[in-house]
Amino acid sequence: MIRATGLTKDYGSRRAIENLTFEANQGEIVGFLGPNGAGKTTTMRILTGFMPPTYGTAQVAGFDIIEESMEVRRRVGYLPETVPLYPDMTVYGYLKFMADLRHLPNPDDMIDEALELVGMIERADGYISNLSKGMRQRVGLAQALLHKPEVLILDEPTIGLDPAQVVEVRNIIREIGKQRTVMLSTHILSEAQQICDRVLILNRGHIVAEDTPENLQARLMGAERALLTVRGDSDGLAALLAKVKGIKNIKSLPDGSVEFQFEPGMDIRPEVARQTIQAGYDLLELRLLGLSLEEIFLELTRDSKISR
Amino acid sequence: MRNVWTIASREYRHYFLSPVAYIVAFLILMLSGILFVFQIKSVQDAIYQGYPANPPTAANSVIYPTAFMMLFAAPALTMRLLSEEQRSGTIELLLTAPVKDWELVVGKWLGALLYMLTVFVITLIIPIVLNRLVEPGIDVKATLAGYIGLILLTAAFLAIGTAFSSMFPNQFAAFFATLIVIVILWWVVGWPANLIQSASGFFTYLHAYAHLNSMLQGSIALKDLVYFLSLIMTGLFVGTVAIEIRRWQ
Repeated sequence: MIRATGLTKDYGSRRAIENLTFEANQGEIVGFLGPNGAGKTTTMRILTGFMPPTYGTAQVAGFDIIEESMEVRRRVGYLPETVPLYPDMTVYGYLKFMADLRHLPNPDDMIDEALELVGMIERADGYISNLSKGMRQRVGLAQALLHKPEVLILDEPTIGLDPAQVVEVRNIIREIGKQRTVMLSTHILSEAQQICDRVLILNRGHIVAEDTPENLQARLMGAERALLTVRGDSDGLAALLAKVKGIKNIKSLPDGSVEFQFEPGMDIRPEVARQTIQAGYDLLELRLLGLSLEEIFLELTRDSKISR
Repeated sequence: MRNVWTIASREYRHYFLSPVAYIVAFLILMLSGILFVFQIKSVQDAIYQGYPANPPTAANSVIYPTAFMMLFAAPALTMRLLSEEQRSGTIELLLTAPVKDWELVVGKWLGALLYMLTVFVITLIIPIVLNRLVEPGIDVKATLAGYIGLILLTAAFLAIGTAFSSMFPNQFAAFFATLIVIVILWWVVGWPANLIQSASGFFTYLHAYAHLNSMLQGSIALKDLVYFLSLIMTGLFVGTVAIEIRRWQ
């Protein structure tokens, strides 16, 4: 469980985050989304006890981050943005070092378990200096998972991984998120959309939106969009669509397909399909275009269109 | 204390992968070996030519030269201790682990000290051999007190280096800052001790060389112990405060 109240951090005269209040509960994966410099890393560093906030406080796993920092640190697993590894150590040696610092009762079993989880068990005796970026990321994740923390804080956990590894790591996070509290930051919006139960959008140190990915999408969507593609010549297609009731903003795209909008809630695709075929076109594709989180994000970070 | 040991043993092992540590060990062992041979040679020459010869001592072949080498060895061995962690970002790992700031600093320092103790153990060959060569044996008391003095001096220098390493993310800045402070304590404070009569006691007390020298006479005086221990404590304290300040910045 994470409960932050009024977190503010100044670096000299620059205010990195201002008055952040948010919660993350057990069994929940909360995503921090925001452009570079929005304050994601700063917030995570405060929550993990790396540095204290200038104002405000937070409770992590039931303990105060300032007054009971040691208790918090015992219960948090943290993967910083630059994966902190010692290249001169073996994977096992590194995790053993961390296990010793955390006074784990049966370090070898827990190391095996963590390595198993991230799929690095067969590289346990390899030197970290010989590992690829993706493997290093996974060793970093193993370090964060090692002591089975109640709260997991991951700063850009999938950065630098290849697509297959990204899927693997997301699955691991999703699995862990079922029982524990996970807070992760990302600037990959589809990632937040896929694995987070809730998203906090951060811009210039402020939370500009907080909701489930689905709700955020719905809240910003004035109309639904769809795309229609036919084989061959698409002349007259736009004119045809203009006759269908409820369709607006018809746009012919350079590749010959047509994009249009309609009122949310009334799915007019069957009607569009009928009309297209009756007019003698070969219908190839007719699909909905959701407003992606990407667009919401750009919208929100340009100006604070919706507030919490 | 357990965390101190965990950090110290990682650091200790790391020295055996570090070229700087091997260079330090090599230079100390080579220098004391050469001086040992020269001492034996000069005694031989004196005997051949009928002069009275000073018996060779461990102080001359090991303790003085090693103490001198520590002026450069201590900054070289400590410069990366915390600087490197800050540069590579691993400091974030240590400062978010359940480890107190002082445990981190003391662990780092202890790792460096243990490495130097390992090197010193190897140099023990020289007094042991000398003891067999010289009649009626070397002054064991002076040698032991000298070694204790050398260890305390090394511990103090390493603590100063650890402090600067936690202040500067740049290793070279840490190296030169440490070197300057150590050279002042070892050498420079000896000048005003002779020049300014009224404050002579004060400057003499700050003079690291004088304290080592007094221990090499075979006596371990409280003032010498207090001097070295307070340097060690100050270094470790400043190092810990530097880490804490870094957090608050």
